[in-house]
Amino acid sequence: MKLVERLLTGDRRAIARLITIIENDGAEAQEALAALYPHTGQAHIVGVTGAPGTGKSTLVNELAKVYRKRDRTVGIIAVDPTSPFSGGALLGDRIRMRDLSGDAGIFIRSMATRGSLGGLARSTADAVKVLDAAGYQTIIVETVGAGQSEVDIAKAAHITIVVEAPGLGDEIQAFKAGITEIADIFVVNKADREGADRTAMALQMILDLDHSSHLSSQTPEWRPPVCKTIALHGEGVGAVVEAVEEHAAHLRESGNLQRRERERIERELRSIITQEMTRSFFERLDEAQFDSLVDSIIRRELDPHSAATILLKG
Amino acid sequence: MPEKKIRVLIAKPGLDGHDRGAKVVARALRDAGMEVIYTGLRQTPEMIVEAALQEDVDVVGLSILSGAHTTLFPRIANLLKDNGLDDVLVLAGGIIPDEDVPALNELGVRGIFGPGTSTEKIVKFIEEEIGKR
Repeated sequence: MKLVERLLTGDRRAIARLITIIENDGAEAQEALAALYPHTGQAHIVGVTGAPGTGKSTLVNELAKVYRKRDRTVGIIAVDPTSPFSGGALLGDRIRMRDLSGDAGIFIRSMATRGSLGGLARSTADAVKVLDAAGYQTIIVETVGAGQSEVDIAKAAHITIVVEAPGLGDEIQAFKAGITEIADIFVVNKADREGADRTAMALQMILDLDHSSHLSSQTPEWRPPVCKTIALHGEGVGAVVEAVEEHAAHLRESGNLQRRERERIERELRSIITQEMTRSFFERLDEAQFDSLVDSIIRRELDPHSAATILLKG
Repeated sequence: MPEKKIRVLIAKPGLDGHDRGAKVVARALRDAGMEVIYTGLRQTPEMIVEAALQEDVDVVGLSILSGAHTTLFPRIANLLKDNGLDDVLVLAGGIIPDEDVPALNELGVRGIFGPGTSTEKIVKFIEEEIGKR
């Protein structure tokens, strides 16, 4: 495949085209992914998530600048939501990343979720592979503004940074399951605002409670640090990058890196099988039978579970 | 299943700080089912073309009110060509005097939409032009 050959030489147009092909999921997509897969596995993948307005894009902008100063090339994938009504999307993360333009060591791509609900698009992990194969050393993935259940990023990245900001709710919000459980690093951004210390303290308190019995963290001996930043002015961002490096070293030394990689690939494989089985089932579906079963369910002659069993048996 | 979406970059070249029109158009294109990348104010030609390349857009919409289109648009058109992006549909909106239109068409700016244009007209133009491919 010509595009993949061009990609491997770092051709930026080829990178962009391949991500589009993968997003559109045509027959070429699978062929392209197969060709570039042997060249992946080199990049360090950093996930950035958090509620809307916490400053994720601004933080990503500053993180990328720190990495560039350290001579690492940076790929960025920024995900924004697709409108469930029109199917369109307004992708605005680049507005906060204008400092990064004109640098050949940076590649930024915006993605719409196209119906996925886990905070990423279905093809985000594959778009990461494109940037990885193209040689970007650090790949930062910014999720949609995430609340409590958009936790797909933890499966796609080596490290997850959860961004909080003062004044978004009391500590009970953080006790709830979800994105606070996937954090490898917490960032309290907008630290010049009132309440930043309280937010940081609340997070520390939760970590005190969690630390011995942290089910979600796959490395119980790693206590997520809480970093304070003012991303708008770049303050405290160097310390976040230090924490990311420490986490990477910790994963390597504890032997958890291979274990996490294996788990990630198992999950990916399962999820592809689920998608493919669903797709092939619906391709073979007898629409007339489906419609008549829906009628029966409406008339309460049949329940949805029994109808599904009938259809699945074919 | 995923389908092909029309991807559009909406950019504000030059120094004027008025992006209400650009935002209205961005919103209308989103509502028509397109994926719209909005890059904000004061974009240089280089920034715009770099974003168009990385985002692999089908359409670049330029909004300009400062009168600098006669210098900025040729620069953008040339950069698009240099980067192999000649197939991108380029549209312009804002304040563009009639006498400048032929020169812009010559540069490859296919659609020019002045004040008062309905957003439906822009949507329809894009859908038809992209549909021809």
